[in-house]
Amino acid sequence: MSNEIKLPDWENTRKLSAKVIGLGGAGINAVNHMIRSDLRELPFLAMHTNARALAQAAVSDQVLFGLELMRGLGTGGDPDLGRAAASEETEKLKELISGTDLLFIVGGLGGGTTTGAAPVLARAAKETGALVLALVTLPFEFEGVRRQRQAQAGLHDLRLAADGVICLPHQKVVKLIDKNTSLLETFAITNEMLAQGVRGIWQMLTRHGLINVDFSDLCTVLRGRQAESCFATAEARGEGRAREVTDKLLASPLLEEGQMLAEADAVLVSLIGGPDLTMSDVNRVMEQINRQAEKAQVIMGAAILPECEGLIGVTLVAARRSGRAKANADDSNERENLAESAGLSVSEMENPFFSSPSQTRPSPRYLPPPPDLTQERKEQLFADQGRYRSRKQKNVSRWRQGQLPLEIVSKGRFEQSEPTLHEGEDLDVPTYIRRGVALN
Amino acid sequence: MFKSPSILVGLEVGTSKVCVVVSEISDMGALNIIGVGQAKSRGVRKGEIVDATVASEDIRNAIVEAEQMANVEIRSVFLAVTGAHMRGFNNRGFHPVASHDREISDDDVQDVIKNAKAINLPAENHVVHVIRQHFLVDGQAGIVNPVGMFGARVEVDVHVLHGNYNRLQNPIRAVKGLQVEVEGVVFSGLASALSLLSSHQKELGALVIDIGGGTTEYVVYSGGIIKYTGVLAVGGDHVSNDLAYGVKVPLGRAEQLKIEHGSAVVDSSIRGQTIQMASGLGLPEQAINLEHLRRIVSLRLEEIFALIASELEAAGLLDYLRCGVYLCGGVSRTRDIVKLAERVFGTPASIGNSSSISGVKSALDQPEFASPIGVVKFGSFESKKRSDERKTLGHGFKQTLGYIFRRS
Repeated sequence: MSNEIKLPDWENTRKLSAKVIGLGGAGINAVNHMIRSDLRELPFLAMHTNARALAQAAVSDQVLFGLELMRGLGTGGDPDLGRAAASEETEKLKELISGTDLLFIVGGLGGGTTTGAAPVLARAAKETGALVLALVTLPFEFEGVRRQRQAQAGLHDLRLAADGVICLPHQKVVKLIDKNTSLLETFAITNEMLAQGVRGIWQMLTRHGLINVDFSDLCTVLRGRQAESCFATAEARGEGRAREVTDKLLASPLLEEGQMLAEADAVLVSLIGGPDLTMSDVNRVMEQINRQAEKAQVIMGAAILPECEGLIGVTLVAARRSGRAKANADDSNERENLAESAGLSVSEMENPFFSSPSQTRPSPRYLPPPPDLTQERKEQLFADQGRYRSRKQKNVSRWRQGQLPLEIVSKGRFEQSEPTLHEGEDLDVPTYIRRGVALN
Repeated sequence: MFKSPSILVGLEVGTSKVCVVVSEISDMGALNIIGVGQAKSRGVRKGEIVDATVASEDIRNAIVEAEQMANVEIRSVFLAVTGAHMRGFNNRGFHPVASHDREISDDDVQDVIKNAKAINLPAENHVVHVIRQHFLVDGQAGIVNPVGMFGARVEVDVHVLHGNYNRLQNPIRAVKGLQVEVEGVVFSGLASALSLLSSHQKELGALVIDIGGGTTEYVVYSGGIIKYTGVLAVGGDHVSNDLAYGVKVPLGRAEQLKIEHGSAVVDSSIRGQTIQMASGLGLPEQAINLEHLRRIVSLRLEEIFALIASELEAAGLLDYLRCGVYLCGGVSRTRDIVKLAERVFGTPASIGNSSSISGVKSALDQPEFASPIGVVKFGSFESKKRSDERKTLGHGFKQTLGYIFRRS
């Protein structure tokens, strides 16, 4: 099935337009990498608060923002500055993005520019009706606690603002490299992963496949599931490629060795193969993925490309639903709304926390700016935060449960050792004391 | 087939003592124990090393003793590992049979096992054993070997035992520090079960509880396969500690009291009796109420059994223990512990003995030696399997950990 055949279909409706914004230093590097690789077809845009860093970008469309605040010298790692700079120029940003259906925001969280500006940008883009997909990196652990914390805060904001956030912690990349890998190569790996993310999703959407995956499928998977999305891609060729590709995919550190899949509740799988792709290959790959992602709604697509003879490539987007989105999901209109809005028109985002969404309200999507929060929104954010924390705690091993140093009962020789906890009882404390048996 | 008269050594670095069992393996594969060595363990708490220097000293002493008794030089050992970090669970893998005639080939079996081994574990965890249970062909359960059968889909159940990699490494490091090779590691509860149970007992269903100084391991066999394994980081140390606190004596003395007067069941006839503790070593003369002492011991032991029983009940295995409960480990010497186990589990119970192996009688009769003897037995299975590879391959830790061994 060649590209020429499918074109008329596309022309009849409208061609999907996408844009990639490289935000901040890491974003610009990633965009440079994408341009050097095979992604030239997409329009790129580089944005930064630092004029000198911006000059490094190999993109003709460059936007320097926050000029008044920082005189083109960068934020110095302060997200508030980044946020302020972006908020001031929201209108300008909207102009830049207008007419785009799918916006990729690429950047590195932790610094000032991306952490502060990405959520603002995402929000602005959503107001213009685009589907916003952010691909962001998180800092290495050695970059310090403060940067990590900033990155986490930024990620949280971004998840609320963007439709999908695919997050690539640098620390996970460490697992992919060996001791001798140079710093340059390490960053090249992250850039390549970001590029793969953009490329994979773009190809998934534009290539007309046997079993088509389209924009609305992507919306189904990502919308309302901002909490956790992840992305992985793998390729294999030759004998036993189906098995090899699943093994590679499941071994990907981005999926946390399959953990993310197991927890995902929507998975989008896109297969690419040559004309020799067999049914059993597809079956084998899908069976493994289905097995790993038991709970998930799995949407699959397959495309046949003549140049991919002997090759099988899998691109996978998995998303876990956040608690808030569960409430949204019941809304049966939502999917249609989303597809429609993302495709062509601007529609209303329905949020159960606001008073009933009246049909008369003309505003396209009400997205409150961060400073003036409504009461409900505040409560909801608060609840989200609490949920986030409680999930965190579940990951901590059982025996880490803290104990106040109030006990009068000595544990004798087990004082220093790791407590043996069983359903909240400390088994190191003598049984007769826990049972309250009197010895007299 | 075997190189020189083969010597197999089992080592257990326990909480209360380090045990070494040296065994000869005949050409027929029969084991004969020719030496044992033991040393008091000081650097271990709850089955895990907390003081590496002292622990390796103790290991050295035990090995030297065993070397003298058996008159051999020990170069490599099989090591028993345990600890609260170890967990066991059952996993199932499946695989569609691809061939045209639907005959299940060796490759299919390898594939299905590979699938069953694909487990999501945290990165720091390491799989110690993957033990094959039964195969299912098209949903038909209980198939021992499916090669040559016909079917569209093979499944296999495996029992996976895993633990924290670093904590597993600690005893291995201590042994290697003494220039002694570690040929393989085995979960000590599994080793105890290997040494105590005959295939008949495994078939009928049995529970082996190894109550050591710091940890209690338990293993359930039923239908010839491992159904359940677990570790509880509670053992004889806890009994002593409870006593030390309860009757207000120093720990050493509590240990002694436990051995001399402890009992798992409180008899009404001892009401009001006291034990006179002679003064000595600067300790005052003391009268201890025997009933209190036994109550403290009994409550602790009963709790251990009750925890195991409730866990097995949750796993639905309590009704499968048709052969009963077998106890081993130092605490199984406690008076009337069999009675207590019978009461809690509602099945016959007994102190296990390693009857399937010949050799030094004193070692075979002691319940403490069940686990190191089992390690030797495990080692004999392993070396049988590896005797061919041995000529060509080195033995890294990676190879020794995470293998499959056959149903045993």
